[in-house]
Amino acid sequence: MNNIKTMLKNAGWPRIIITLFLLSMYVVSPFIGINLKSALGDTLVRFGMNAILVLSLVPMIQSGTGLNFGMPLGVEAGLLGAVISIEMGLGGFMGFAGAIIISIPFAVLFGWLYGHILNKVKGGEMMIATYIGFSSVAIMCIMWLVLPFKSQDMIWAYGGEGLRTTISVESHWHKILDKVLHMPNDMLPLGEMVFFAILAFGMWIFFRSRTGYAMKAVGTNDKFAKATGINIDKIRVKSVVMSTVLAAVGIIVYQQSFGFVQLYLAPFYMAFPAIAAILIGGASVNKVTIVNVVVGTFLFQGILTMTPSVVNNIIQTDMSETIRIIVSNGMILYALTRKEGAGSGK
Amino acid sequence: MDKVLLKIEGLSKSFGENVVLKDINLEVKPGEIIGLVGENGAGKSTLMKAIFGMPVISETGGYGGKIIFNGEETNFKSPFDALAVGIGMVHQEFSLIPGFKANENIVLNRESTANSFLEGFFGERIRRIDSKNIEERADNAISQLGIEIDPNTVINEMPVAHKQFTEIAREIEREKTKLLVLDEPTAVLTEEEAKVLLETMRRLSEKGISIIFITHRLDEIMDVCDTVVVLRDGLLINAVNTKDTNVNQITEWMIGRKMGESEEKTETLDDNKEIILSIKNFWVDMPGEMVKGLNLNIKKGEILGLGGMAGQGKIGIANGVMGLYDASGKVIFKGETIKLNDPNEPLEKGIFFVSEDRKGVGLLLESSIEENIAYPAMQIQGKFFKKRFGGLFNLADEEAMKENAQDYIKKLEIRCMSEKQKVQELSGGNQQKVCLAKAFTMDPEVLFVSEPTRGIDVGAKKLVLDTLKEYNLTKGTTIIITSSEIEELRSICDRIAIINEGKVAGILPPTADILEFGKMMVGVSKEGNNE
Amino acid sequence: MENKIKKFLINNVVPIFMVIIILLSIPISGLSIEYLIQEIILRLSRNLFLVLSLLIPIIAGMGLNFGIVLGAMAGQIALIFITDWNVVGLQGFFLAVIITLPIAALMGYVGGIVLNRAKGREMITSMILGFFINGVYQLLVLYGMGKVIPIKNEAILLSRGHGIRNAIDLKNIRRALDDGITFNIGQYSIPVLTILAIVLLCLFIVWFRKTKLGQDMRAIGQDIEVSKSSGIAVDRTRILAIVISTILAGIGQLIFLQNIGTMNTYNSHEQIGMFAIAALLIGGATVSKASIPNALSGVVLFHTMFVLAPRAGKELIGSAQIGEYFRVFISYGIIALVLILHQWRREKEKEAERKRILEMNSNQAGGN
Repeated sequence: MNNIKTMLKNAGWPRIIITLFLLSMYVVSPFIGINLKSALGDTLVRFGMNAILVLSLVPMIQSGTGLNFGMPLGVEAGLLGAVISIEMGLGGFMGFAGAIIISIPFAVLFGWLYGHILNKVKGGEMMIATYIGFSSVAIMCIMWLVLPFKSQDMIWAYGGEGLRTTISVESHWHKILDKVLHMPNDMLPLGEMVFFAILAFGMWIFFRSRTGYAMKAVGTNDKFAKATGINIDKIRVKSVVMSTVLAAVGIIVYQQSFGFVQLYLAPFYMAFPAIAAILIGGASVNKVTIVNVVVGTFLFQGILTMTPSVVNNIIQTDMSETIRIIVSNGMILYALTRKEGAGSGK
Repeated sequence: MDKVLLKIEGLSKSFGENVVLKDINLEVKPGEIIGLVGENGAGKSTLMKAIFGMPVISETGGYGGKIIFNGEETNFKSPFDALAVGIGMVHQEFSLIPGFKANENIVLNRESTANSFLEGFFGERIRRIDSKNIEERADNAISQLGIEIDPNTVINEMPVAHKQFTEIAREIEREKTKLLVLDEPTAVLTEEEAKVLLETMRRLSEKGISIIFITHRLDEIMDVCDTVVVLRDGLLINAVNTKDTNVNQITEWMIGRKMGESEEKTETLDDNKEIILSIKNFWVDMPGEMVKGLNLNIKKGEILGLGGMAGQGKIGIANGVMGLYDASGKVIFKGETIKLNDPNEPLEKGIFFVSEDRKGVGLLLESSIEENIAYPAMQIQGKFFKKRFGGLFNLADEEAMKENAQDYIKKLEIRCMSEKQKVQELSGGNQQKVCLAKAFTMDPEVLFVSEPTRGIDVGAKKLVLDTLKEYNLTKGTTIIITSSEIEELRSICDRIAIINEGKVAGILPPTADILEFGKMMVGVSKEGNNE
Repeated sequence: MENKIKKFLINNVVPIFMVIIILLSIPISGLSIEYLIQEIILRLSRNLFLVLSLLIPIIAGMGLNFGIVLGAMAGQIALIFITDWNVVGLQGFFLAVIITLPIAALMGYVGGIVLNRAKGREMITSMILGFFINGVYQLLVLYGMGKVIPIKNEAILLSRGHGIRNAIDLKNIRRALDDGITFNIGQYSIPVLTILAIVLLCLFIVWFRKTKLGQDMRAIGQDIEVSKSSGIAVDRTRILAIVISTILAGIGQLIFLQNIGTMNTYNSHEQIGMFAIAALLIGGATVSKASIPNALSGVVLFHTMFVLAPRAGKELIGSAQIGEYFRVFISYGIIALVLILHQWRREKEKEAERKRILEMNSNQAGGN
C-alpha cells in the first residue's frame, strides 16, 4: 500500500488527472459511436510523428541545461535539409535520408553556437533558449524568401517571392518509412516505430559510454562533476548539439508522415508540445528517462486525438484547440513550480 | 546582587543521536562583555542558535533546559521573537542589502514613515518613507559606535570593516537591544580595525548593553572581556573573570584531554624521505577558509595532518590544490609544476581528494553505491569499460563495477542492502566509506582527505582511520589528512601542521604537548602575552 | 572621463544600436518626418501605459512580467461586457476600467502565487502562465459566453449562438479617451486625456518608490534572504507587485484598444507582452533595472522601427515582407540579446566581487 502511495506522490496530481482523463475517454468512446481501433491507430501514427522530437529533449535535460525551448533552431536545420533535398530532386528513401544527412552539419553548427551561448548564461537558460528559438525562426523566414531555390515544387507558381509556406512531399518521400517497413492492415506505423526504437536504443547506448556518464553527472551535481575532472562546459555543448541534431531528424520524420514541409512561422511554438509531452511522461527539469519519452508522447498525443471526437460528440462543440492549450501549458507550469534539485535553468 | 539579564539553566541539545550541548549553565549581567571560546564542534554556534531562536533548533526537537531573559522564560520560535525582547545577533556572513545605502540598511524594515491619507484604504505600507529622519537615526547609531562612516555610502562600495560596523549599528539602532551576540566579528578586520571594534564594544557595554563575543583570538578576549567562558565537547568547562586567568590556561581548557583512547603514533618518519609535493606561496579563494601565502612541503610516503581552527584555511589547501577553488602560487608534484585551477590536472597526475563536503562534492546521491565508487576511475582512468557490439562501442562494464563495489563493501564494512542501493539512503558513516572506496579505486599516489571522520559513529571512525593507515603502510600512498580533531591527527599522523590565518603556524610531531598545539591554533605569539 | 563614456556606451548598447538602425532606415524608407512624428505621438499614447505596467515587478526583482497578458485579458473581458450592455463614450470607457479592476486583481493574485512557487524562474513561468490563462480565457469567452454567461447583444456572438466573435467593433468607445479632449499643435493632434492618464501613472510610479511598500520591493529585488530575515513579508510583497502590474496592464490594454477601435478577441492580447517587453528593453532597461525614461525612449524607438522596417525593406530589397520579418527578428533578437547580456554581466560581477575580496584580504594580510 505504501509503495502505491509513494508512486502516486511522485507522479504528481496533473499526471494522474491527465491519465485518468485519457482513460475515461477510451472508456466512453464506444458508447458514443467512436471506433476505438481507428482512434488508437491515429494515436499511434501521431506517436510515430512526434516521438523523436520529444526524444531530442533528453540530452539537454540530462546535462542540466534545462528544457530545450530553443528547439526551433534544430527544426530549422531539419527544414533546410528537407528543402535542399527536394531542390536536389532526391526522391524516395534517398530523399528522406538525404534530407537527414544534409541537415546534420547545419544542426551541428547551430547547436554548437547555441551551446556556447547557453554556457555563458548558466541559470537563465530556458528563457534565453526561448528567444533564441524565436529569433532563429524570424531569421529563417527572411532566408526562405531570399535563398535562391528553383525547384518548381517549392516556389510560388505565379512568381511570388521565395518559397511557398507549405510544400508537399507527396511525390518525394511521403510516408516513406511506412513504405519501407509496414504491418499488414496498417495497424501500426511500423517504419516510424522502428526508426524511433533505433534512435532510442542509440541514446541508451550513449548514456552508457564515458561521455554519457559524464553528462549525467553534470546534470545531477555539477560540483561532483567538476571534482571528478569533467569539463562541464564541453559536455553541455555536446548535449546541446545532440539535442539540436535530433530535433532536425525529428522534424524530417514528422514531415514525411504528415506529408508537408511547413516553413516560415510554423516552427515558432514547436518546442512547447514536445516539452509538455515529456513532462507529462514523468520527466522534470533535470531528470528524464526514455520511458518518460514513450509514455509522455503517447499520453499527450492520445489526448490530442481523442478530445476532438469525444468532446465533440458529447457537447457538440470542438474544444480541442483550447484543451490542448490548457493541458500542455498547464503541464509545463506544473513542472516549473516544483522545487527542483541542482542544475536548474530559468 | 546584580540583576541578571540572561540566565541559561541546564541547556542541552542533540541533533539526532549526536549530543552537541550538555548541561550548560551561564549568567550574563547587564553591561557585561563575555568572551565565548571553544574549538570547532565545541558547541558555540549551536548555543548561539538556541539563544537566538533559530528555526533549525526547534525543527530538530528543540532544546532541554531553560533560557531566561530579563526574568522571563523564553520559548523563541524564530529570530523575530528574540529580536522582539532585545537580543540582537551579528553573524559572520553579512546580512545587508548590497545596493542600499548604509542608512537604509540600518533601519531595514523599521523605516520612519510619514502619515498618508491612503492608509485607511491600503494599509500601513503605503506610508511615505521619511528619509530625513532615517538619516538622523543612522547618524545617531553610527556615532554611538564611535566611528566615522558616511551613512549615504552604498554597501557595495564599502570596505569590509565598514560593512561590519553597519551591521552592528543596525542591531543597536533597535531601541530594545539589551544583549548583542557578535560571532567572530574580527575575522575580517585588520588589526587597526579590530582595535576600533573592541573600543566600540567597550562603549556599548558602558551604556548597559551586554555582549557575547565569540572569537578565537585570545588576546582580544583578554583585552576587552569581563568574563571568559570556555566550551569543550558540548560542556561548559569554565567561566571565570578574565583578570583571574591567562591565555595559556584558557588554551588548556579549550583543548584539554579528550575522552576515549588516544594512542599516539610513536614511530616517526625517517627525516631523509624525499619531498613529493611542494606548495609555495599558495593563495586560495575559498570563502570562509582562505589560504594566504602558505608554504608547505610534503614528504613521500608520510601521513601529514593539517589541523587548526575553523575558518583558518586548513580546508582551503586541498581544495586549492585540486582546482576546486581559485588558487594562485606554485604547486610542484614530483618535480613538475602542475597547473592550477584545472581539476583534471591533479586527478590525471595521480592525486586524489576526498572532500569534506560529502554530499555536495563527494557523492551523486541518487546514484548507486557501485556507480559512485567507479565514477572517477571511469572518467579519468577509463576503467570499468568494455568493448561491446563487435568492438564498436566502449560501454560501462557493469559486472566489473559490481565486483569492485562488493569488494569494498566487504573491506570497509559498508552497511547496505546491496551495491545497487542509492547512496542517499545510507548513513553518514557509510556514505563516507563509499567516498573512501572511490578514492582507493583510483589508487592514487597522493591522497588528500578532509574531515574523514566528521559525523560518523565511533566504530566507523576507527575503521576509516585504520584503513588509511593500512593503505599508507602497504602501498606507500602519501596521505594528507585535514581534520578539526587534534586527537585524531595525533593518532595516525607522522607530522602535524597547524594552519592559522591562512598560513602554516608550525609543524609538530604527534608526541608534542597538547598545549603546544593549542597555542599555535589560537595564534598566541611566541613572545606571548602571559599575564 | 574615458571610463565614464565607456560605461555609458556599454550600459546603453541596445538603444544606441537601435538609433543607428533607425537613422539608416529613415532615408531609405522614403517616409516623411511629419508622418513619422504623427505616428510616434499616436503610438506613444497608445502603448506607453502598457509598457509602464512592467516597471514595478522589475523593481521587486521578479524580472520581465510576461504575465501582463493576464491583465490584457481582464480588460478585454470588461470590453465584451460593456459592448454587450451598450454603454458608450467616456462613460463606457470608465465602466470598463471599473470592471477590469477586480478581474485583473484576481488574475494578478493567481499569477503572484504561481510565481512565488517558481522563484528564480519567474520569467519563463510568467510566459507559460500567459499561455495557460489564454486557454482558460478561450474556455470562458469562446464557449462560456452566451451559454453559461448571458450575452444579449447578438452582434458580438458567433453564428452558432454562443462564443464571442473574433473581431468586435468597439464603435461605442472608439477613441473615447483620445478624443475626450484634444489639443492641436500645428498639424499634429494630441489626445490630452490619454496623455494625462500616462502622466498620472508616471507620478504614481515615482511616488510609489518612496513608500514603505516600494522600499520593501526594492529590498526584495536585491536580496530575498536578507529581506526575509529582517522581517519583510517577501511572498506577500511579491504578490502585490504582480497584482499592481496586472491591474495597470488591464487599464493599459483598454487604452490600447479604444485607440485602435476594434478588438481581436482571441489575438489582441497575445503579442502584447512580447511587444511591450521588447520596447522596454530597447529603451535600455534590463531584467533588474528599469526606469520611466527607459519606457519612454523604448516605445519611441521600437515603434519607429516598427513603422520603418517594412517600408525600408520594400525600398531596399523590393520586399515589404522581408521588412516585416526583419522587425519580428529585431523584437525577439533584442530580448534574447538583453537576457544574455544581463545573465553574463551578473556572472562577471560575481567574479569581480570575489576577486576584489581576495585582493582586499591579501592586501590586509600583507599590511599585517
